[in-house]
Amino acid sequence: MIWQIDFWLLVILIITALVALSVHDLLAAVAALAAYSFFVALLFSQMGAIDVAFVEATLGAGISGVLFIVALFLTRRRSED
Amino acid sequence: MIKQHYQSIIVQTICSLLIPFIQLFALYVIFHGHYGPGGGFQGGVLLAVSIILQRLYLGTKIAHPKFPPKLTMAFAAVGLLIYGLAGIIPMAYGASFLDYGSLPLFWVHDAELRALGILIVEIGIGLGVFGTLVLIFDNLVGERW
Repeated sequence: MIWQIDFWLLVILIITALVALSVHDLLAAVAALAAYSFFVALLFSQMGAIDVAFVEATLGAGISGVLFIVALFLTRRRSED
Repeated sequence: MIKQHYQSIIVQTICSLLIPFIQLFALYVIFHGHYGPGGGFQGGVLLAVSIILQRLYLGTKIAHPKFPPKLTMAFAAVGLLIYGLAGIIPMAYGASFLDYGSLPLFWVHDAELRALGILIVEIGIGLGVFGTLVLIFDNLVGERW
């Protein structure tokens, strides 16, 4: 347990979450969400939960990004709010 | 929706080189799942990722004959069937649900039978997750098949 790694991973996690919430281009939001998932996976594996980190890295950063992008093709790319 | 194959030669070469290694790693994760991190769910997701990557860079017109979407539904159903049978067959022998110790495989002994039962259930989960995720992708793309 190294608290510097924990702290900076948590800071980057919050920054990517804020970027994914606030950006208007939805494709960039999907990319930020995949980065968020990847940093959650790093945080999980740093805390010793390798299995959960594996699920998060494959499902959160892999499949869900692809499904969000396919859903974006059916709608518009810009968000209004 | 995904009309034609991707035109860049770099993307085609890298993807076609990458897909067999993704599938090999997925099989390793499924079959090594009860010794280390991983298991049926993660291996199934990796298998689905390899097929979805092929659909993305080849386009559905070329990639659908290579792995037909009706086959993914069959894979999902077979995976669910394997899981259900591995759960219900021990109940017919008087044990509780998913009790691998009383599966009717008489040529393996007690602890080996439990390890083999875990492996059977992991294969079922992997096939089910693989079929379901590729099916979700195909339905989301929304092309007639």
